[in-house]
Amino acid sequence: MTAHGRLSTSLPVVSGDKVSRPRAGESLVDPPAGEAVDRPPSGEPRVEVVDQHVVEFVSDSGEGAQSAGQMFGTVSAKMGNGVWTLEIIPAEIEPPPRTKASCSGNRVRIGKGPVTNMGETADVVVAFNEQVLYSRIDDGALRAGSLIFLDNKWAADPDPGIRESYARALEDFGSRGYLVQEVPMHEQCLRIVPDPRRGKNMWAVGLLCAVYQLDVDRVRFEIEAKFGRKGRKVVDANRALARAGYEWALENVGVRYRVPAEPVDETMVVMNGNQAMALGIMAAGIEVCSMYPITPATSVSHFLARSFAAAGGFVHQAEDEIAAIGFALGASYAGKTPVTLTSGPGLALKTEFIGLAVMAELPLVIVVVQRGGPSTGLPTRVEQGDLLAALHASPGDAPKIVMAPTSIGECFHFMITARQLAETFRTPVMVLSDANLATGQQPFERPEVRQEWLAPPVDQSRWQAAVEPYDWDPETGISQRPVPGQRDGQYVLTGLTHDSASRVAYDAATNQRTATLRSRKLATLRRSLKPPEVYGDPEGDLLVVCWGSTRGAVEEAIDGLRQDGENVSSLCLRFLSPLEPGLEEIFRRFRQVMTVELNYSDDPEDPHVDEGGRRYSQLAFLLRAATLVDVDCWSRVPGIPLSPSRIKEVLRQRLKGE
Amino acid sequence: MYGLKQDWIPEPQARQFVLEDYESGVPRWCSGCGDFAVLQSLRKLARDEQLLPEKTVVVSGIGCSSRLPHYVKTYGFHGLHGRPLPVASGIRARRPDLHVFVVTGDGDCCAIGTGHWIHAVHYNMKMTVMLLDNSIYGLTKKQTSPTTGKGYSSNTHPDGAMLSALNPLTVTLGITNASFVAQTVDWNPAHLYATLLEAHRHPGLAFVRIIQRCPHFTPDAHEHFQRDPSNVLLLTHPDGIPADDVVLRVFKNRDELDPTDRAAALEHAAREDVLPIGLFLRNPEAERYDLCSAVGLGMSAEKKLAAAQAAVDRFLI
Repeated sequence: MTAHGRLSTSLPVVSGDKVSRPRAGESLVDPPAGEAVDRPPSGEPRVEVVDQHVVEFVSDSGEGAQSAGQMFGTVSAKMGNGVWTLEIIPAEIEPPPRTKASCSGNRVRIGKGPVTNMGETADVVVAFNEQVLYSRIDDGALRAGSLIFLDNKWAADPDPGIRESYARALEDFGSRGYLVQEVPMHEQCLRIVPDPRRGKNMWAVGLLCAVYQLDVDRVRFEIEAKFGRKGRKVVDANRALARAGYEWALENVGVRYRVPAEPVDETMVVMNGNQAMALGIMAAGIEVCSMYPITPATSVSHFLARSFAAAGGFVHQAEDEIAAIGFALGASYAGKTPVTLTSGPGLALKTEFIGLAVMAELPLVIVVVQRGGPSTGLPTRVEQGDLLAALHASPGDAPKIVMAPTSIGECFHFMITARQLAETFRTPVMVLSDANLATGQQPFERPEVRQEWLAPPVDQSRWQAAVEPYDWDPETGISQRPVPGQRDGQYVLTGLTHDSASRVAYDAATNQRTATLRSRKLATLRRSLKPPEVYGDPEGDLLVVCWGSTRGAVEEAIDGLRQDGENVSSLCLRFLSPLEPGLEEIFRRFRQVMTVELNYSDDPEDPHVDEGGRRYSQLAFLLRAATLVDVDCWSRVPGIPLSPSRIKEVLRQRLKGE
Repeated sequence: MYGLKQDWIPEPQARQFVLEDYESGVPRWCSGCGDFAVLQSLRKLARDEQLLPEKTVVVSGIGCSSRLPHYVKTYGFHGLHGRPLPVASGIRARRPDLHVFVVTGDGDCCAIGTGHWIHAVHYNMKMTVMLLDNSIYGLTKKQTSPTTGKGYSSNTHPDGAMLSALNPLTVTLGITNASFVAQTVDWNPAHLYATLLEAHRHPGLAFVRIIQRCPHFTPDAHEHFQRDPSNVLLLTHPDGIPADDVVLRVFKNRDELDPTDRAAALEHAAREDVLPIGLFLRNPEAERYDLCSAVGLGMSAEKKLAAAQAAVDRFLI
């Protein structure tokens, strides 16, 4: 899983003459029914070939722009393009329509080669109303030159207030330099379905299929896959909608883009990170998933709820976060290494049981899909703010394994590794994903599930009575565990300090020794880890260290800077506990080392902040302590992923500042 | 051990268990503590039912009574305060071959673990839940518990508990899928044993509240009932807890209660003039979550592999 996307960051030029610009007053005129609004100039439109493009579908919550984006992304991926999607998720189920809060949708970045991040501003947007676009403007998603297909139904709305705000927005968009083409989405859909709120999304997919010359048959197939369960009528209506959008665009839209696909030899799959984790859980032979609903982790269990039983698994939806991990640990004690899923607030609740799992040495996989915090924070938005909380989950010294996937493929494969490590080291393993990976779709090489990935059956053979339940190997801290059902293996697991026979022991020597042995397991694991690979030259002016989902954007920024002749490299950590070895030596080969993260840190210039009191971002905090290298940081908590250009800008300043 | 049954090991001789086979360590409870009586009953039950020690798991939370697993030579899980029920449910979920016992206290079950109590009863997974209720926090030294009587002085309420005691029986009887609810006392070993035996044989979650005193902090809590057994109301029924002569000789004040009549059970459970003991509810037909959670158990590696591969292939490009 080390394929890196190299993308040109140059933006395509949209030929303005092919696109209608709103003229004052024009948008208020109700177009004659059934007639096209803007006829292209005669002749076939010119096809512009681009290396990559960013496309967005945005609508009011409930109008289906999210699934439109997913479908567009899936079809692009199936045509061989690199894809990364970013879901735009409102925090409420039914926010007031035509507001910023209602903005729901999907960003799809498609590329010639692999795509690892959400990219920059949008090239093309389909918007179901003008108000939701203001939410995207706030997030910096648009730029002068962004091409927007906007439903024109609001121009003729019976409510004069809506008509007016629509007209005002059109004028505002014009002054911002957006290229707006009004499209009769609502009216066109009304010919096919009674309620265009349920249908516009497929019409929009059809529209962009024509603009991007996607394979219409593949769209037909995806519609069948998506709506097949709902019956023939629904499938047919959605196909008719997509076709109508497609045909309307052929007639009335004057731009065409093509993102050529570079064929790959490997068989590929495309999915989002939560789906990949769910599949990884199945491929690891895990049989119990014990969870409590929490955004953005829950959809892992949604997938499992439909597919797990076929692989002999069971999803337990517990009464609360604490019970979810308690149930998991019960299953673990009884021999089945389970998985529990959560996000920040749930992690907080689970910490006491995590301490028990460490103390009593129970294998368990804990998936934490990070969102903005603290407290309820930003439930649907991304942050990497739980690293230290994961490392230090539980009071006292509670060493545990912490890993972080950096791509969708790793979301799959890490689950298999996590289960194996949990069992080998008889310990909880935390896997830190985040909201960006959770909902981001990306193709990766289809994994061939292997029998050795599966958990072995529960050992029920007779235990050797002479072997104690914590027969620690003094070199590694590792021990085998008896499982209920194993004759002569009877022991009482306890969260109290205990000796190798699991007898409660309060004495100083036992407490010191057992704490040491638990920690030794991490030291042992670290010995078997390889030093991380540097992306770029092994020495230079600046090394950027990152972890998790920021990898793609960081590496794209590094590519850009290196093309500009800058001597920068990056390094991405996948094991955070124990830390991957050799870091100090790598860091010493660079004049500056800094982290780029999606969590909070003080800026040195902030009022009252001095060097001794400055709060560093979480990985930087960790690396400074571990290596004694003066690792700097730049981090932000915008709730959205970092873009390569933003990172580039920061790094360039850092390089100049020296 | 692929493809072999869990009980594949041939048994050269039939194993016969005696009480000592279930004994482990020296209990560190105070003299006069009712926990000893429960421990004795549990060991006796294991012996009489010839439970395989390796197939028996005793799960507890934190508190004086939660030390009990350490004194039984079976598998045991002495976990967190208030959380034995989720752990026991997780053990039960995929191991229908195990006998699961839960030891919990009035603080453990009715205060910090209340949420789990409600839901575990609703899940109705087969296990025996023993609530060792001495109406006080003992291990942390005399704090008011939810079942402490109004006015009783403790270190947290020196002027007396401000509210009336919470009634664990009426709570449990009100939960959907409650399938076995009984009450007994630590000072009558025969009734205690008979109740636990019925509980263990029940196909579902059996909830048994055991009324105890704490020799240090609530020594006189049940004087009233102990000195004059007519203040105890023995619930009888052909389908209730079988009462032998010893029990019948002590408890003369009796009432017949049909354990399928939940309304009558609630009425009896709420009585404060007498202490009702016996079986309040028995419904072997109630829904059981452990029958749902065991689905797919023992699936072959080949089938698992094929299912995982098929799921991956749904995302093929």
